[in-house]
Amino acid sequence: VSRPVPPSAAIYGGIPDQGPGGFDAQLLAFAEDLRQEGVAVGTSEILDSFEALNHVAWTDQSDFKEALAATLAKSPEDRRVFELVFDRFFFRAAEAEAARREINESATSPSDAEINLDTLRQQIAAALRDGSEAALRDLARLAIAAFGRGEGSGVLGVDVQRIRRALGLRTEPQPDLPDYDPRQKGIPRDQLRRFEQHLRRELERDLIERTASLPPKRPLNELDRALPSGPIQDLAQVHKVVAQLKRRLATQGHELKGRKRHAHVDVRRTMRASLETGGVPITLKYRPRRPRRPEIFVLCDVSTSVTSASTFFLSVLHALHDAFRKLRSFVFIERISEVTEVFEHERDFRAASETISRDAGVADVSGYTDYGRVWEEFLALIEDELHPRATVIVLGDARTNGRPPRDDVFAAITAKAGRTFWLNPEPRLYWNYGDSVIAAYEKHCTAFECWRTDQLEEFVKALTRPVAS
Amino acid sequence: MPVRQPDSVSEVAAGLREAGYLPGESTALVSFLATKLGKPVLVEGPAGVGKTELAKALGRYLERSLVRLQCYEGLDEAKALYEWNYRKQLLRIQTESDGTSWQDVQEDIFGEEFLLPRPLMTAIASNDPVVLLIDEIDKTDQEFEAMLLELLSDFQISIPELGRIDAKTQPVVLLTSNNTRELTEALKRRCLYLWLDYPELEHELEIVHLHAPELDDTVARKLVEIVHQVRELDLKKPPSIAESIDWARALLLLGAEDIDQDTFRDTMSVIVKHRTDLDTVAARVGVKLDPATAHAASARRPGSPSADAA
Repeated sequence: VSRPVPPSAAIYGGIPDQGPGGFDAQLLAFAEDLRQEGVAVGTSEILDSFEALNHVAWTDQSDFKEALAATLAKSPEDRRVFELVFDRFFFRAAEAEAARREINESATSPSDAEINLDTLRQQIAAALRDGSEAALRDLARLAIAAFGRGEGSGVLGVDVQRIRRALGLRTEPQPDLPDYDPRQKGIPRDQLRRFEQHLRRELERDLIERTASLPPKRPLNELDRALPSGPIQDLAQVHKVVAQLKRRLATQGHELKGRKRHAHVDVRRTMRASLETGGVPITLKYRPRRPRRPEIFVLCDVSTSVTSASTFFLSVLHALHDAFRKLRSFVFIERISEVTEVFEHERDFRAASETISRDAGVADVSGYTDYGRVWEEFLALIEDELHPRATVIVLGDARTNGRPPRDDVFAAITAKAGRTFWLNPEPRLYWNYGDSVIAAYEKHCTAFECWRTDQLEEFVKALTRPVAS
Repeated sequence: MPVRQPDSVSEVAAGLREAGYLPGESTALVSFLATKLGKPVLVEGPAGVGKTELAKALGRYLERSLVRLQCYEGLDEAKALYEWNYRKQLLRIQTESDGTSWQDVQEDIFGEEFLLPRPLMTAIASNDPVVLLIDEIDKTDQEFEAMLLELLSDFQISIPELGRIDAKTQPVVLLTSNNTRELTEALKRRCLYLWLDYPELEHELEIVHLHAPELDDTVARKLVEIVHQVRELDLKKPPSIAESIDWARALLLLGAEDIDQDTFRDTMSVIVKHRTDLDTVAARVGVKLDPATAHAASARRPGSPSADAA
């Protein structure tokens, strides 16, 4: 990656000794750091940030940071990465500058002899509970002074864990400790994490001071980078995507009843066009014919090979039921079972999925998916109801466990239905490896990789795309 | 210029406060930058954290009138930018159909006189600078976003028959989004970004105080604490700030002196608005309020949605 050349006249010309290139070079380096962590920072955004910094006092850290964030990080995900990179970058920049000027902090820290270890342990636990950042930083320095100096392993992560253990900070309760000790009930994981971050930072600072050089920067790990999320939020996310699907379909007009429904004249556009002919409406303009709302059949694999995905799939089903009236859903493993009623009567997702796992009765002997049998049963069940205006959606991994895929029966289904989509919860990379036979089915339908909500969104776009008919 | 031009972030913060809006740190800063840089601000965040309210408060503070464009799926140029007043055009053609040449008529009917300005055009053609609020931009389709780009970066509108219309005054533009759809990079690049989240406990307490000043201190604190607890739960729709305020007002009307279990059960529907959510909240938060009767309450199954509040 070629680094943009900073303009020769520095915007903040009055600050000497700010390292090579001055302040604006630092900012460019910061933007480069953000790019490396996957934040899309364009040149226009960098220019904006310079412009913004003209108007705020950049001696105030929070103003400085917010001004940069408002111009550089433009989504919640980017904002999170921004925070992490901001901390990392300016910590390193400040430390580098301190090293260059030989400002040393460790000279003022207390000597080992003065530290009472037990008091220190309790102080740290108490500071964690009260959530005071400044105190935590000081205590982290003390802890390093007490346990860390001299015998460091050289690997920061190892040292952090060693010091944490020496302090007796654990997440599980420690009943043998006295009542007044905050550690007795265990320390919440996020608090512990925060202290570890302080420890790491202080150790890093120490290292920089001792070696008078910057260690290579650590790329952000995925855990830090990801927004906190769980299956619960995913459920909300799925509902959001499906709500969007519903809205899209709703604005695409009403279902055409029969072939002969008249097209409506668009009065506004007709009159507008008539201006070309002196106000005489010669050309009639019609409202565009909208595609019909699909009638949907959903088949959902709930076998063990898709366990992790089936919660996702069931929530998709659940959300679809919220949105469509003409929807019939089926779950299958070895046999197929209609669950339309379950979803129609049970508004709560968890209760619905429990009912399904209890009553659906789709597992027979082995509990392995039998696609061939499923296709035959499905065809027998709804053959008469399939018509060219129907959409069939299959949610499954296409792993047949060695059984015949019977793609001929599947082809018969797709021939009768208007459109068929396949949502596969596996990354495309794994398709057709092992017992996956998605290629055999893909000939007859459109297959999507779908295990995240953004991929579901892609599918929504495809589903609601008007069909030429 | 008659409108106010703030000189510092703290000035904006104080001004917004005066206008009845308690800004967070970044809110004041980004608003300040918006007035200084003349760039539109994209405000994202969960529903009901005061995105729209911010625009209104900015309007009050900057002494500018607010022009609002509410977005929805299917919104098009004719409803957002401008439309030709074809009825008037037709009348014009018909009243003078004899004796005028087509050339004259054509030049005449595509003049500004026959233009119907819609919100976006109103905003830039206004003689006094305004605050333009484009609400829920995520509800429109991408085509509409693309159409906005010209307006947002250059504050001008191109009309094929008429040419370019430049802004007479520069509006402060706020776009809000509930993040239901990823907006295009092109749009984001032209905006400053502000993420509004649910406020911290103390901050929300201040907000409640501002809007329901008569409410008792301890009750208000308890109320905000409960709302924060409820937000932690897995709900279809977590309560927003607007709902905390509604709840505070409801409690005032009822003359409640404390939020005990009964009050909570009766007024819960102000902050929770789905049947399944009501059950969850009743089971998880409601019973905690009064430890002594917790057992009895769980036996009675509280949380019937028929509770009529205020």
